[in-house]
Amino acid sequence: MFYPVFPARMLYKRKIQFMAGPESDLLPQLILPDGVCNPVRNVCKPLPAVKTYGCQVAKNSERKIEMEIKVVRKVLDVNDTMAAQNRKMFAEKNIFVLNVMSSPGSGKTTILEKTLARAEIKSAVIVGDICTTNDADRLAGTGVPVVQVNTDEFGGDCHLAAHVIGNAAANLDLDAIDLLIVENVGNLVCPAEFDIGEDARVVVLSVTEGEDKPLKYPLMFRVCNAALLNKTDLLPYLDYDKEMAVRYIHQIQPEMPVFEVSAKTEEGFDPWLEWLRNCVRQKLVKQNAN
Amino acid sequence: MHEMGIAMQVAEIATASIPDNMKDVRVEKVNLKVGRLAAVVPASLRFCFEIITKDTALSGAELHIEEIPVVARCRECDTEWTIAGPVFTCERCKSGSVEILSGQELNIESIEIADE
Ligand SMILES: Nc1nc2c(ncn2[C@@H]2O[C@H](COP(=O)(O)OP(=O)(O)OP(=O)(O)O)[C@@H](O)[C@H]2O)c(=O)[nH]1
Ligand SMILES: [Mg+2]
Ligand SMILES: [Zn+2]
Repeated sequence: MFYPVFPARMLYKRKIQFMAGPESDLLPQLILPDGVCNPVRNVCKPLPAVKTYGCQVAKNSERKIEMEIKVVRKVLDVNDTMAAQNRKMFAEKNIFVLNVMSSPGSGKTTILEKTLARAEIKSAVIVGDICTTNDADRLAGTGVPVVQVNTDEFGGDCHLAAHVIGNAAANLDLDAIDLLIVENVGNLVCPAEFDIGEDARVVVLSVTEGEDKPLKYPLMFRVCNAALLNKTDLLPYLDYDKEMAVRYIHQIQPEMPVFEVSAKTEEGFDPWLEWLRNCVRQKLVKQNAN
Repeated sequence: MHEMGIAMQVAEIATASIPDNMKDVRVEKVNLKVGRLAAVVPASLRFCFEIITKDTALSGAELHIEEIPVVARCRECDTEWTIAGPVFTCERCKSGSVEILSGQELNIESIEIADE
């Protein structure tokens, strides 16, 4: 969705390097074909070695042939391909997939426990954590199927990658559910970068984290479809400016729905549950129409 | 934060891009485009790349990172501008209906090979 896959293209481009002698008269001849040579590169090159691109050859200069091989691929190609596969599989099974992200401890698991207990949607959960099965144990208490995944595989423990979700989903009975919730690793940076094949993303922000989180982590708030402002039961004890937090969220993503909730008291849950049910319903309608 | 994983992907794609008939060449440079919104720290990416390419075909290759600014366009009034701070509303008409034209790239553009 965010990373269309480009085919790997290979073009060959000859590049000729002048091993410059004192012939500084070479300089005016430099050709910079568009898109191949950016000025920064030349600035970075220590003089007197002057590099040029294209097929200009200077008289009498000692030269060395090099090659630049055009690659033009998204670095996250592999992830994007896996995410597209996941998305197709979930579409075939009529499942709405929600990716829940936040910084550590803002209340993802607690919100999901309460949500699952009240939503009346056939659901399952995949929960990512660096260590422990604590969250999985808590979520299993609601009676829904839960898969816990560890995150070491992709060379980092900061996010869930698409192939991890694909493997985890293989442990679930996908015919039995309409909603798959993924609780991502607590982190406001990296999970925003990785498409997992989800239909929507929500970010949880708690009122104990400071109003300016959206400004500090703009990418996360750009890629999400809704925000939950959690722990509102604590507002009487804090100097938190709730309006300012919402204003900052809208500065990053102007049309984002913001649900003010307390996972502890379940205050404010109705609009959030309604939004979620609506998402699941719309996906079902869309699928059946196809 | 996931620079190590990204460095591994970059190394994999770059290695696969070396033509079959040139497997012994030395790769001098790997050119990347990284958007300012991509949540990647160039210095730590370079550091990770250096570590994981040790004793491989990419050993010693420079990871050249071109940072791409965040450019947006307003869907209401068509204004295009470069976003410098975390404000995603139109510079001119304050509309929030804004499209990101660049700044989320994380692309490997080319590799440069010494043909000795
Ligand atoms: N007062 C209050 N506490 C809350 C609320 N929601 C969660 N908490 C508490 O905040 C702490 C963290 O909650 P979790 O649900 O584990 O947070 P999380 O986002 O799942 O954490 P990680 O998975 O570790 O990133 C727990 O002690 C919760 O009891 C709330 O609405 N009000
Ligand atoms: Mg949790
Ligand atoms: Zn405008």
